Amino acid sequence: MKKNVFGIFALLLVIFVITALINPKFLNAYNMQNLIKWSSLYGVMSIGVALVVITGGIDLSLGSVVGLVAVVLAFLLKVQGLDPWLCIGLTLGMSLLIGLVHGLLITKAKIQPFVVTLCGLLIYRSLGRWITDNQSLGPVPLEGDDGYKNLEEIQGLDYIFSGKIPIGESFNLPTPFLFLVVLGVAAAIFLRKTIWGRYLYALGNNEDGARYSGINTDKMKIVAYVLCSLLAGFAGLLFAFELDSVQPAQTGEFYELYAIAAAVLGGCSLRGGEGSILGVIIAAAVIRLIYNSINMIGISTHLEFGILGMVILLGVIGDEFLKKKMNQRQLAKT
Amino acid sequence: MPQPSPLLEVKGLHKSFPGVLALKGVSLHLGEGEVLALIGENGAGKSTLMKILAGVQPADSGDYFVDAEPVNFHNVRDAMNKGIALIHQELNLAGNLDVASNIFLGREPQKNGFIQEAVLKQEAIKYLKRVGLDISVDTITGSLPIGKQQLVEIAKALSSDARVLIMDEPTSSLSQKETETLFEVVKGLREEGISVIYISHRLGEVKELADRVTVFRDGENAGDLGKDEINHDAMVRLMVGRDLTEFYDRKIHSPGEMVLRTQSIVSPAFPEHSVSIEVRSGEIVGIAGLVGAGRTELLQTIFGITPALGGLMEVEGKAFAPNSPAEAIKSGLALAPEDRKQHGLVLPMTVRENASLPSLKNDQKNGMLDFEAEKKIAELAVEKMQIKTPSIEQIARFLSGGNQQKIVLGKWLAMNPKLLILDEPTRGIDIGAKREIYHLMEKLAGEGMAILFVSSEMEEVLGMADRAYVMHEGRVSGELSREELSEEAIMKLATGVEKAA
Repeated sequence: MKKNVFGIFALLLVIFVITALINPKFLNAYNMQNLIKWSSLYGVMSIGVALVVITGGIDLSLGSVVGLVAVVLAFLLKVQGLDPWLCIGLTLGMSLLIGLVHGLLITKAKIQPFVVTLCGLLIYRSLGRWITDNQSLGPVPLEGDDGYKNLEEIQGLDYIFSGKIPIGESFNLPTPFLFLVVLGVAAAIFLRKTIWGRYLYALGNNEDGARYSGINTDKMKIVAYVLCSLLAGFAGLLFAFELDSVQPAQTGEFYELYAIAAAVLGGCSLRGGEGSILGVIIAAAVIRLIYNSINMIGISTHLEFGILGMVILLGVIGDEFLKKKMNQRQLAKT
Repeated sequence: MPQPSPLLEVKGLHKSFPGVLALKGVSLHLGEGEVLALIGENGAGKSTLMKILAGVQPADSGDYFVDAEPVNFHNVRDAMNKGIALIHQELNLAGNLDVASNIFLGREPQKNGFIQEAVLKQEAIKYLKRVGLDISVDTITGSLPIGKQQLVEIAKALSSDARVLIMDEPTSSLSQKETETLFEVVKGLREEGISVIYISHRLGEVKELADRVTVFRDGENAGDLGKDEINHDAMVRLMVGRDLTEFYDRKIHSPGEMVLRTQSIVSPAFPEHSVSIEVRSGEIVGIAGLVGAGRTELLQTIFGITPALGGLMEVEGKAFAPNSPAEAIKSGLALAPEDRKQHGLVLPMTVRENASLPSLKNDQKNGMLDFEAEKKIAELAVEKMQIKTPSIEQIARFLSGGNQQKIVLGKWLAMNPKLLILDEPTRGIDIGAKREIYHLMEKLAGEGMAILFVSSEMEEVLGMADRAYVMHEGRVSGELSREELSEEAIMKLATGVEKAA
């Protein structure tokens, strides 16, 4: 487990150093702030997917949940003019409900997670476009836009979710990073120090074995899907405040794939039962870093997906290789 | 017994698996037209040797001769080319294909890539006749009863010019009548000069069928018996290496309070039958029967895995209707399942994590894991059960079958169950660990625990049970007291011949 995190961390460092050597501008404060901010946003949503992947499941609806939450939040703030904190509560409540429905369909109706969340991907995306008539809108008023009530409170929220905390003279720490740290630590404690985390690993490795040991595996799987959607919803809030305008058709598109990629690159197996939060968060940062490096080094942006795909593939192959080695060493011991 | 150069011979075969030395230099030979019975307790290495003979897996070292020439099989096809075919315990037929296609699967008569259906059927009919099977070659294989499927499998082997048939517990799921049919076929094949290696737990069958018996014990040759030396006691003595009473070491306790009572419960697997059984504290109750008789399904219903469709259950006089293992565990039940890799353990987890899994709930503080308590449970299990492991942090997968089973038992003993349910408690376990598990059962019963176990191993039921139920096609066909227990009595009930009133 530790070796796993070390590998992905080494990858992060290598790409970081190479990019910095090729283009020193990479290191400037503005770029670093941006990198940290986007890595944090990706990190938050990847934590949720990691929990589900550890149970041996998958959530393809994550990007659509991010999009729907961002759209609904902007809609409630601007068009409905509801109390901002109430809007936050409603959107998070909505994502929790989505997770609950996923969990129930998967455990009680016994529909495969892939199918349930694939349908979710389509439904939530379309729902967001319908609510807003596919018009882009932002949660925070732009200059000259005065269709908003509760302006002060909205700006307060904007500062919380998308603020900058000055550190030193020229560097500002984006607040999403703080959320990532808090949520990441909480998730890691949940997985490693509580009985429920142990249950998730156990059922991810062997669902029957866990059930025969008296674990309510259905309940634990529902918990995983609820947490996953809730974290996706929270990421949706962060994205909404980050973006000037939310595009119902585009915001969050493909994010489920980035999150799943981060989970896999970070040491989770899609077969379930493996993975650590730290590894997944670092992997999410690697994915953002690769994007940034491609720009900084001046590689054609058309190659973005290709390079990303290659890095993930090589990372997973390397991981399998390491695992085999470790298994052999274990065997030799017995 | 001097033999002209044998058809098949192995010498000094070794084979090891992670954590187990399965074969420690075994030898075996087989003449033409000979029926050789290979017997031994679970884990003696019979199935491992069969797989090596049939090319399923290679030996680590040792010699293998066919027609006095050394051979080295890399796969099943190599073995088949030499005329050696394995009839699996779980049949390897494609249930959705018709009989003719199954017989020639992978060897279809073809012209330019097109299957010649007419030739295929004609040929198939020939081989069905040879095994005395009177069915249409168009029958969908999966719709046949298990005994007939087995004959199809034999026909398939014959069609590839097999000279040696290896049969791994062929009668374990057959009815009395199907068994008789199979024996007739085997005897017929022997007349034709075909050799058979026959693995069985049923010593009565061995006596009837075998020309010679080779006994394995714990991965080694324990001895051979010629045709006129084959008798029950001689076979058992070689199998367990001592007299039976000493091996099982049972003291009879007077049973105490009623722990489990089922009244006409119906398991989903056999909705048309109901089962009533009782287990008292301090009692070891066996459930015997053929594979597929519904024994495991009964245990799963009692343990809440497949909740009962009807009937009543009581644990210590209180109504009991579990809808999940969690509920059964709460009422004081524990189950060591038949398939311990799939159901008993979480293999990629450590000994500690496995041993503490059901107890975590009891030791938690607001949901936080109590690592100290966990360690204590695991260490106690290792000590009590004498689990041989480098440490409690060892991954369960890397331990031997016996040690894995001990982890399963250890994790339940930490819960202090009132009723311990064991499904095939010693399957795939070496003889040393086996004895330890028997000792443990005896000790726990002595302390007042109620024990209910299912076993396909005749000697185990005869040796361990105070009382046994025998199941047949989903219902209890009879109950035998310790005095009434015998191989014949069990087989009669297991194959559907009712107990004489």
